[in-house]
Amino acid sequence: MNQETKINDFVIRFANVNGTGSASANALFTKAVFRMGVPVTPKNIFPSNIQGLPTWYEVRVSEKGHLGRREGVDLMIAVNPQSMKKDYADVASGGYFLYDSSKPLPPGYDRTDITHIGIPLMNLCNAEFTDARQRQLFKNIVYVGAIVALFKIELDVIEELIGQQFKGKEKLIEPNIKALKIGENWVLENFDVDNFDLRIERRDLLGDKILFSGNSACGLGAIYAGATVAAWYPITPSTSVVDAFAKYASKYRVDAETGNNNYAIVQAEDELAAIGMVMGASWNGARAFTATSGPGVSLMNEFLGLGYFAEVPTVLIDVQRTGPSTGMPTRTQQSDILLAAYASHGDTKHPLLFPASPKECFEMTAQAFDLTEQLQTPAIVMTDLDLGMNDHVTEPLAWDDTREYKRGKVLTGEQLDFIYKVSTNGNGSRGKLEDRSRENGSDSADAVLSEADAQPLGDQNLTQPLEQFKGKWGRYLDIDGDGIPYRTIPGTHSTRGAFVTRGSSRDEYAVYTEDADVYQRFVDRLARKWETAKELVPGPVFLSGPPASTGGQFGHSYSAIWPPPYGGGSDLGVIFFGTSTDAAIEALELLADEGILLDAMRPRAFPFGKAFRDFVDSHERIFVIEQNRDAQFRSLMMIELGVNADKLVSVLNYDGMPITADNIFRQIKDKIK
Amino acid sequence: MTYVRSTFRHPALPKNDLGYTVDYYEGSLSTLCAGCGHDSINAAIVEACWELNIEPHKVAKLSGIGCSSKSPAYFLSNSHGFNSVHGRMPSVATGANLANRDLIYFGVSGDGDTASIGMGQFVHVVRRNLNMVYLVMNNGCYGLTKGQDSATADAGSKSKAGSVNLFEAIDLASLAIELGATFVGQSFSGDKEQLIPLLKAAMKHKGFAMLNVISPCVTFNNNPGSTKSYDYVREHVEITGTMDFAPMMKEITASYEAGSINDLTMHDGSIIRLHKLAKDWDPFDPNSAMNAIHHAKRKGEILTGLLYMDQDSIELHEMLKTNEKPLNLLSKFQLCPGSETLAKINAGLR
Ligand SMILES: Cc1ncc(C[n+]2csc(CCOP(=O)(O)OP(=O)(O)O)c2C)c(N)n1
Ligand code: SF4
Ligand SMILES: [Mg+2]
Repeated sequence: MNQETKINDFVIRFANVNGTGSASANALFTKAVFRMGVPVTPKNIFPSNIQGLPTWYEVRVSEKGHLGRREGVDLMIAVNPQSMKKDYADVASGGYFLYDSSKPLPPGYDRTDITHIGIPLMNLCNAEFTDARQRQLFKNIVYVGAIVALFKIELDVIEELIGQQFKGKEKLIEPNIKALKIGENWVLENFDVDNFDLRIERRDLLGDKILFSGNSACGLGAIYAGATVAAWYPITPSTSVVDAFAKYASKYRVDAETGNNNYAIVQAEDELAAIGMVMGASWNGARAFTATSGPGVSLMNEFLGLGYFAEVPTVLIDVQRTGPSTGMPTRTQQSDILLAAYASHGDTKHPLLFPASPKECFEMTAQAFDLTEQLQTPAIVMTDLDLGMNDHVTEPLAWDDTREYKRGKVLTGEQLDFIYKVSTNGNGSRGKLEDRSRENGSDSADAVLSEADAQPLGDQNLTQPLEQFKGKWGRYLDIDGDGIPYRTIPGTHSTRGAFVTRGSSRDEYAVYTEDADVYQRFVDRLARKWETAKELVPGPVFLSGPPASTGGQFGHSYSAIWPPPYGGGSDLGVIFFGTSTDAAIEALELLADEGILLDAMRPRAFPFGKAFRDFVDSHERIFVIEQNRDAQFRSLMMIELGVNADKLVSVLNYDGMPITADNIFRQIKDKIK
Repeated sequence: MTYVRSTFRHPALPKNDLGYTVDYYEGSLSTLCAGCGHDSINAAIVEACWELNIEPHKVAKLSGIGCSSKSPAYFLSNSHGFNSVHGRMPSVATGANLANRDLIYFGVSGDGDTASIGMGQFVHVVRRNLNMVYLVMNNGCYGLTKGQDSATADAGSKSKAGSVNLFEAIDLASLAIELGATFVGQSFSGDKEQLIPLLKAAMKHKGFAMLNVISPCVTFNNNPGSTKSYDYVREHVEITGTMDFAPMMKEITASYEAGSINDLTMHDGSIIRLHKLAKDWDPFDPNSAMNAIHHAKRKGEILTGLLYMDQDSIELHEMLKTNEKPLNLLSKFQLCPGSETLAKINAGLR
């Protein structure tokens, strides 16, 4: 098949058998492309199985930086007889089908619109290696070697990668390199690689970007945010969040002197216990989190309601997968939106964060700890399998060392004393809090104070007028008018600030009550707090200017204000969030090529604030792209903002596979007509 | 229940070593039924904490849901409390304890809260040997939802409405021993003499201290057919021995007949002195404890006292090797690896 050579722009799919060691071989290919400075994104399409079932690894290489999925496979590496028939059919016209020719292809494999590349992978391995397991493992490296030759990947890049992969197990380097060479040599000897139309050429398109998975980034974000307690129950696709936390904690959280851990991880008996532990720890002044997926969130509902009503901080990372029920555990979806937003009975709602890249997973996880403590309510990070379990090219992670943890309104022992002293001596200058309490001699309360003083418990810099308490602290008094009360941590003070946290109705002083007015006042305050949340959560971002076809993933800039500096003139808007982002941007470019220009907003959190509303108000029709059947995000907009149903046009994908640019393009084009 | 507690305090109320009178350890006014066993236990907790010179703000009280779980409001008003959700107190206690190992964690649960909805969490908190007191106020019924049988109601016992419980009872004490609990005591809400030293010892124990306290529900389960009624328990209680508890470095002054005394030293040097009444009683042997419990049960009796204790208990923090300093006191400097480290992590991802 002779056609135009495609440089740095194609899709390659590896069809493997689960559990045969193909994952690390395939990752080697991805990393090599990355090291050659070319944008690349891999997607694991794996079964809910440990060994034996088909698994695919799809790699998109895109010079333009389009890192969402695109339809059509240009090269199929077909090493799984089980799925071969379908894999064969999936090759795009003009593409390549690479297979193990140790046995001849069965009849019917006779497409004339594609090129067949048969390599006797098994025979080559059997000739070289005697051990059965080695034969299996190195078969993967042999085909990587073949691809290296076909794509003309720089050999030293891949050799360096192998060296790094087996650091500490140097004995393995040599046989791996050998296997690589076997594949490479066979191709060079038996195939005219100049006839191969797909090529990877070195570029410098990635700058200082990194290749990282969302789950690892969440785990690392929790480390940076100062989380000390993690409780979890294993569930795909969230498990690797806690795995990453554990890995980084064992590196960065071990006391140098004592060898003791500055963290605790508990594998709980179930998700109810996991979130209960998180709430207990958060209530007691530690930063704590759990990670789960849909079924776990379902189980956590009761506790989430407690967290909302009793105002206990909680960080939950929901790595969404395909539901309902057990659904397709190893496939992706954005289908827990409504579940998470309103989890639990009664009038309950929770702030949600929607990261769209591993960098945002890192940042938003860290931010979730601030938000949950500032707002004293559970905060949920809504990621998904695609973002969490796949590596993505993303901006390097950044941390400002001057950043302080925002612990919210937590009273220190001194501040409690100050509040009560105001009533006895009638004055109180806030600036002198510290001196005041120290002057006071050494009754047992003050002995505790000096201890509290040295603690990070409580925010010493609270500037709010504590006088407003009028001499008596109340756990649920809203003296600032923002709906957020002041909390105390157990052990802070010997005589002040103790109260019973409970999920039953209570008054401003935490005393149990069933009084109708008091209850209503309480839940109205929570509604006021929700308004405050709108200002604290990250706002949406807007694509600055019309998407040009040259933009690509990294070619666009975002604005946090609406309208953005350039553009914003269309009657048509589009909304996308999380992992729909990459494909959506590519689709916008495809549409722009056809003269269809849309204004774009990417929400980053729920509840929706003013900028979100402004965007909605300034468009006649808005496409809402999301990955679930029932248009959950659209529903959320209708419920929360009262947006007219006709105004919001859904663009949906819910087959469990990451949404593709082509799909979005087609749906919007059809609906615009 | 509405009554007004007298605010009058005798000026000469005795003070403990911290200078506090016992009322400093009380909680808010109970709303439980008059005569409810739970209130007697709450009074014993107040007494035990006062006698033990505990600083109330160094105690965290935790519970699930039920009449029993309301109790944390009724003792130690200077302690923080967390009245959580039904059956899930163990997880909340676990998280709280991980955050700050320096407080005393006092958990209160009911037989419904523990043996039914909370069985899963109960079993696992025992396994983890969390350093806490776990007190079950066991009335053999669901008080708060009006008297349904609980899983600890004895087979054949009759409810107030006259229905007979068909199912075998779960015996929480032997279950706890089976699961590896490191301190298991059983008592009766009406027996302060026994309950107070048991409570003190439980609070001093390093690890999971479970107290299964029979606590009659006067409203729904104090009828002749119930094996958890005051009368039944009074008639059928079999005591393993009386006991005293002395905090570290204190002489136990009362003298007892030699040969019947067994001193147990706790990890901090406190002493529990058991006065053995029951023959062949060995509180360190889980097997003989199990046998004795089963034996008593066959006779329709309830064995009370310190049933089992492991003096070499290793609690959760020791297993996890967490810092001596409470995790909630660590500062940003101990927790955040900083930007330089992040730059290295970035470099490793290219
Ligand atoms: C999830 C849930 N289911 C049911 C209830 C209703 N409920 C409240 S207390 C209780 C039983 C409490 O029994 P127990 O723990 O023995 O406490 P007691 O009242 O007997 O002291 C039940 C079923 C609840 N609060 N939450
Ligand atoms: S119903 Fe029973 S358990 Fe509840 S308070 Fe009354 S006597 Fe106690
Ligand atoms: Mg009960």
